[in-house]
Amino acid sequence: MNTPIDIAGLHKSFGPTHALDGLDLQVRTGEVHGFLGPNGAGKSTTIRVLLGLLRADAGTVRLLDGDPWRDAATLHRRLAYVPGDVALWPNLTGGEVIDLLGRLRGGLNPRRRADLLERFELDPRKKGRSYSKGNRQKVALVAGLASDVELLLLDEPTSGLDPLMEAVFQECIGEVKAEGRTVLLSSHILAEVEALCDRVSIIRSGRIVQSGTLADLRHLTHTTVIAETARHAESLTAVAGVQNPQFSDGRVSFQVESDHLDEAIRHLSQLGVRSLVSHPPTLEELFLRQYGDDVSAAG
Amino acid sequence: MTTQARQRVVTPPATPRRQGTYTGTWHLVRLVLRRDRVRLPIWVLAILALVYSSAAAVQGLYDTQAERDTYAATMGSSPAVTVMSGPPTALRTLGGITVYEINTTLMVALTLMAIFLVVRHTRAEEEVGRTELLRSTVLGRHAPTLAALVVVGGASVVVAAGVTAIMLATGLPTEGSLAYGASMAGLGLVFTAVATCAAQVTTHARGALGLSSAFLGVAFVLRAAGDAGNQVLSWLSPLGWVGAVRPFGDERWWPILLLLGFAAAVLGLAAELTSHRDVGSGLVPPRAGPAGASPRLGTSVGLATRLQRGMLVGWLVGVFLGGVAFGSLSNEVEEFVELSPEIAEMFAGTGTSLVDGFLGTMLMILALVAAGFTVSSVLRLRSEETSGRVEPLLATGLTRVRWAVGSIATTTVGTLLVAAAAGLGVGGAHGIVSGDFGQVPRVVLAALAYVPATLVLAGLAIALLGWLPRAAVAVWAVLAFCFVTGWLGTVLNIPDWVTKLSPYTHVPLVPAEPVTWAPMLWLTGCSVLLLTVGIAYLAKRDIA
Repeated sequence: MNTPIDIAGLHKSFGPTHALDGLDLQVRTGEVHGFLGPNGAGKSTTIRVLLGLLRADAGTVRLLDGDPWRDAATLHRRLAYVPGDVALWPNLTGGEVIDLLGRLRGGLNPRRRADLLERFELDPRKKGRSYSKGNRQKVALVAGLASDVELLLLDEPTSGLDPLMEAVFQECIGEVKAEGRTVLLSSHILAEVEALCDRVSIIRSGRIVQSGTLADLRHLTHTTVIAETARHAESLTAVAGVQNPQFSDGRVSFQVESDHLDEAIRHLSQLGVRSLVSHPPTLEELFLRQYGDDVSAAG
Repeated sequence: MTTQARQRVVTPPATPRRQGTYTGTWHLVRLVLRRDRVRLPIWVLAILALVYSSAAAVQGLYDTQAERDTYAATMGSSPAVTVMSGPPTALRTLGGITVYEINTTLMVALTLMAIFLVVRHTRAEEEVGRTELLRSTVLGRHAPTLAALVVVGGASVVVAAGVTAIMLATGLPTEGSLAYGASMAGLGLVFTAVATCAAQVTTHARGALGLSSAFLGVAFVLRAAGDAGNQVLSWLSPLGWVGAVRPFGDERWWPILLLLGFAAAVLGLAAELTSHRDVGSGLVPPRAGPAGASPRLGTSVGLATRLQRGMLVGWLVGVFLGGVAFGSLSNEVEEFVELSPEIAEMFAGTGTSLVDGFLGTMLMILALVAAGFTVSSVLRLRSEETSGRVEPLLATGLTRVRWAVGSIATTTVGTLLVAAAAGLGVGGAHGIVSGDFGQVPRVVLAALAYVPATLVLAGLAIALLGWLPRAAVAVWAVLAFCFVTGWLGTVLNIPDWVTKLSPYTHVPLVPAEPVTWAPMLWLTGCSVLLLTVGIAYLAKRDIA
């Protein structure tokens, strides 16, 4: 088994709303897979189908080589789930919830539980109703991370965490990855995705619009180049793939498609390069392009 | 030009009116009305429909003076009825009889309406954090509370006005109708105030409901004990003040001022409490709990038991005490019934002993009350789902079926225990007053005879939960229907085929009637069938 999550052509509607519209998603064993998309794109719906909470209308969904709807409980012993909006029982303490969820999953590692409580600085003796949003999130994280499972389904797991706890979370996922376990990480925190994920899939309106390694995705987009040249760089306009060139005080800045980067740089060097700065698209630029309406209309 | 422009910039905006602690109340009133545009009319109309049907029935049943005299001689001299219905007043008049018949039901319905609605719009809103969102806008500190008060207080007054209007429409004297309506308005305002106050004390809506209901329970017991014996106790209870108005007798208006004054005082206290606490917190700070779960908390049954044990203990104690109250009246039944063979008929069913008839009726009422535990226990499954708490549970090795069955098992055991507590209360008290403790096991078994009927309601709730989850709360309405047919079926002249829709109608009035196994078996069968259907649907549908 090397694709713990294998979804093809998944459809799911709620009344007139098509939440998922032919979604395909493959997650490979041992990878941390980023799952990105704007609010309402269908990330949580996908995860809830994977958990067997929702029934797929059409398409095939394989989870850990099983059917997530039919074999839900058996499969769940091998995975842990952290929701982005954690509701706790008002009269149970955090420690009780962690133990309960662990036991229902078939046991949890007590040493790791203690370790995680300490690292996340979580007081397990407080009642569910008195935890803040961030602390409720920590309860779910400790419950999920304390079990020895092969797959983690994380649905915006760090919403409400402070930057220190965010760092602890990234550390924990690093360890999970080092142990060869698989993670599906739905997130809006791009730095987190950039730091953790091997591959990402971007979902929009219920279908995957882009999937691959971050390098792959970057390759599909534009690199920004800022150069100072001896001669005026007006002739750049004629080079294929160069977009939006701006000239000022002997400097030029432009965007170039990755495929044409070589040509553009060669052209620049003929003009006598005095200084050169180039940076790949930031993740943010990448996502703004994918999320933005104009792009989908153009593509 | 430049000067003008600059002037325009520096000119401060029109000085805003000073914002008080009640700013924005009117907007919130409209919000509350919008949210409850269905719920509120249902409460009001259901209560008024009950009042109207009772009033009309009384007109038919007691249309001659002779009939009314018999009523006064029998019902008016019975301590048991006094305990339930309050001090007998003007029972030789139609007005007096009408009040006597509807008073307890109306008071309980009105106060519960006030409690539920107030807590729903105060503490419950605060608990889920919506109040915080609202309070960040231009809104005074007291505005959310005041808005709830205006609407619920208004609803109480509307109910009261409706009661008066119904009484006048059925031809009852003006002064008595007005006095009774005014006392109901006062009572509604008292419980609106009490619930508001309770909502400041607890952090949790459930706690506020419990505290307010406990106040109602204590008020009822004080009133009952006072009317049956020591009159002083009645004066400690707002329900007693309602009785002191004596509508259709020699009306007294000043107890209504007592009600209004008490409501105002409690409201003042609530306002004081609001000013001294933070949004989202109560006055009782939460305590630290265990750092780990006990070994029992690792299964669906374990979780359901842990979540419901507080509620179960409350019900056990409440139903047991109610049973004691009823059972202790059992030996007075004999002498009371000697006065009127007609009343004997009302209690006895087909039974041989009048005491058994009385015990049977009391056990049926307790069984209907105890069904409240069963329904709220089953509906926990629904609130677990809507709150999203079930999601992490079902993401573990727990299947939906095991999750539901575990909770239902807890409900079933709880239902049996609550029924046994009712039987033990009635039987124990009956044993003490009659000196015959041999009766205890018989009464306990009789109380258990209603369990299959109650489990039909549980089955219905599960069936809805699986098939039409949004409609599951309608089981409360079904329970209310069973209550009305069981408690007022004869008074209201409800047709036979309607009363037969209630599962409780089919249970023999044990111990007055002999136990017959057929209804027990088919009621249990119904319950199991509904349960199976519900779980089958639950296994197939999307989880919210």
